[in-house]
Amino acid sequence: MSRLRIVLSLVLIVAASGVRAQEAVIHIDNFTFNPAELTIKPGTTVTWMNGDDIPHSIVETNARFHSRALDTGEVFTMTFADAGEIGYFCGLHPHMKGKIIVKP
Amino acid sequence: MTDKPDDHGGVTRRHALECMIWAGTGVLWTVAGGVPKSIGLLGNAEAAETAAKGFTFVQISDSHIGFNKPANPHAADTLQEAMDHVKALPVKPSFMLHTGDITHLSKAEEFDNAAQLIGSAGLDVHYVPGEHDIVDEGAGKAYRARYGKKTKGTGWYSFDQDGVHFIGLVNVANLKAGGLGSLGAEQIKWLEDDLKALKDSTPIVVFAHIPLWTVYPEWGWGTEDAAVALGYLKRFGSVTVLNGHIHQLMQKVEGNVTFHTARSTAFPQPAPGAAPSPGPMLVPAEKLRGVLGIADVTFRQGRAPLAITDYALAPS
Repeated sequence: MSRLRIVLSLVLIVAASGVRAQEAVIHIDNFTFNPAELTIKPGTTVTWMNGDDIPHSIVETNARFHSRALDTGEVFTMTFADAGEIGYFCGLHPHMKGKIIVKP
Repeated sequence: MTDKPDDHGGVTRRHALECMIWAGTGVLWTVAGGVPKSIGLLGNAEAAETAAKGFTFVQISDSHIGFNKPANPHAADTLQEAMDHVKALPVKPSFMLHTGDITHLSKAEEFDNAAQLIGSAGLDVHYVPGEHDIVDEGAGKAYRARYGKKTKGTGWYSFDQDGVHFIGLVNVANLKAGGLGSLGAEQIKWLEDDLKALKDSTPIVVFAHIPLWTVYPEWGWGTEDAAVALGYLKRFGSVTVLNGHIHQLMQKVEGNVTFHTARSTAFPQPAPGAAPSPGPMLVPAEKLRGVLGIADVTFRQGRAPLAITDYALAPS
């Protein structure tokens, strides 16, 4: 089997399984996460976009993950595989808080 | 500008109003008999007298080297202008304090540029970090490699100058969700120990990035455990607390403690609650230098409090 045919076969398997990546966006404007509370399905990729003229960062409440400082227009993405609630805040401006709820 | 000053500690309404007049450039502090006074409040003759019996130092803050957004596309230029003002002061300052946010994004080239510009004033500089100085992957490693050699923990330390005890605190590290600025138990314990050997009459100057009094919690403008730290300072006759972070002048007097925030050299921020967020405030280009500046502080033996003069980069 040629390499091309292997690749095509894999593509077909993924397509047939019905798995389709879901995406969601959280905008950061005026020192606020919008939406502040976001409900997603497992496997969803979340993108934070900083629209402020000041850097912000994303820090999980228990420091399980964090982004670098996002300058104006920069983004941070993370995929959430498991069900649960994830609290986070801005490492530079900790009064900015948000929550992601992952449920099937 | 002045946050409801009460008239306990020898700071009068007139003093507060004079501070307001000077709002905008920088702060030159004169430590006279324990309480910093800003030099702009003194005449030239008085300033000369100050030089004989005390000393002055300069506070700069929030230089944000690397910032290039519309509120000030040329933050390096305004920092250079601030240094030119420092060099032109009537009394040569003994040293400079930088109360944090030296850089915008903790990048090596930003630290390099800032050091070169600030170095042009030819003064020793004592730094504390702002939250923008510790966003490198090492959470402040880059800052501490440059400025943390003789410090403890995340970068706190103290030193003495002509009988005045200076304490640099860090309230921007290890912040918690929903919280304000924070000193943390380890630093507060160190502060308690640091103060033990000092006489009540020793003038104290505390400097840190985020205000050590609650200016506006909705924007995170305060330090959650500042009251514990200030408790250890209650016995001292003269305490001056110098902060930055809010990019505008504000002063408050509480008992023997004078709180003062300096202007930024980079860009202004709105008055508390006056805008949807505390982000950089866009002002007409010709007004910008009227809201940026330095502070000059004068200390004179046997007088209280220290005099703080805020100088704008240009008349507003």
